[in-house]
Amino acid sequence: MKTAYAVIFMSILVVFLFTAITTLHPMGYPGHTEMDDYFIKNAQIEVGANNVVTSIVFDYRGFDTLGEATVLFTAVISVVALLRGVKKDEE
Amino acid sequence: MKSDMSTIVKTVTDFLFGFIIIFGIYIIIHGHLTPGGGFQGGAVVASGFALLFVAFARTFLDKKPQQLYGLFESVGLLIFISLAFLGIYRTFFYNFLANSGGLFGMKITQGINPGYFNTAGVVPLMNMAVGFEVACGLSLIVYLLYRGVIEEGEDGE
Repeated sequence: MKTAYAVIFMSILVVFLFTAITTLHPMGYPGHTEMDDYFIKNAQIEVGANNVVTSIVFDYRGFDTLGEATVLFTAVISVVALLRGVKKDEE
Repeated sequence: MKSDMSTIVKTVTDFLFGFIIIFGIYIIIHGHLTPGGGFQGGAVVASGFALLFVAFARTFLDKKPQQLYGLFESVGLLIFISLAFLGIYRTFFYNFLANSGGLFGMKITQGINPGYFNTAGVVPLMNMAVGFEVACGLSLIVYLLYRGVIEEGEDGE
C-alpha cells in the first residue's frame, strides 16, 4: 500500500516538474518593469540622492528598512537577555 | 591582566582603531552618494570595536559599557522612527526635507553630477540613525559574547 502511494505521489511530482519546465518563461522575460523605469528616471530628481539604491531603501521602501532595523534590534535584545550578567553570589 | 593580548596587538590596535572608525563614519554619512549606508558603515564601526575588545579585553570588561551601548542603540532606532513620523502629514516615511532648499534640501540635476553632500533630505539623517543603531547593537553583541568567553576561561582555570 505504501509503495502504491509513493508511486502515485512520485508520478504526480514528475508530471508537475516537467510541466513547470516546459512552460517556463524564456530567459530574461519580463524585462524592464514599469517600476524599474520609474526609479531610474525619477529617483535622482525626487529624492535628490545620487545613490538610487539608498533612495529606494530609505525613501521608497522605508518601511522595509524599518523592519530590518527592528529585526536587528530584536536580535540584540535576545542576545542581551541570554547573556546578561548573572549574579554568582546567590548560591 | 591575563586576558589582554600582546604588546604588538595593542600597538597595532591603537594605530588602526581610529582609521577603522573614521572609515565607518565616512560610509555612514556618505550613504546617499556612494555605495554603502547605515547598515554597512555600522558594521564597519562595530568591527573596530570588536578589535578593541579583543586587544584590550580586561580594560573593557571592567568598564562595563553595555548600558551605554543599549541606550545608544535604542536612541538610534527611536530617531529613525521619529524621522519617519515627521513626514506623517503626507505619508509615513515621506521625505519632507528633499528639494526644500534647507537642510539636506539641495536640488540636483538628472544624470552625472559631482555628488553634493547637502542633498537627499532625510536619507542622510536616517543613515546616521541606522548606522548608530547598528554600530552599537553589533558592538553590544560582540561585547557580551566576548565577556562570556573570558569569564568561562577564568572559571576553568
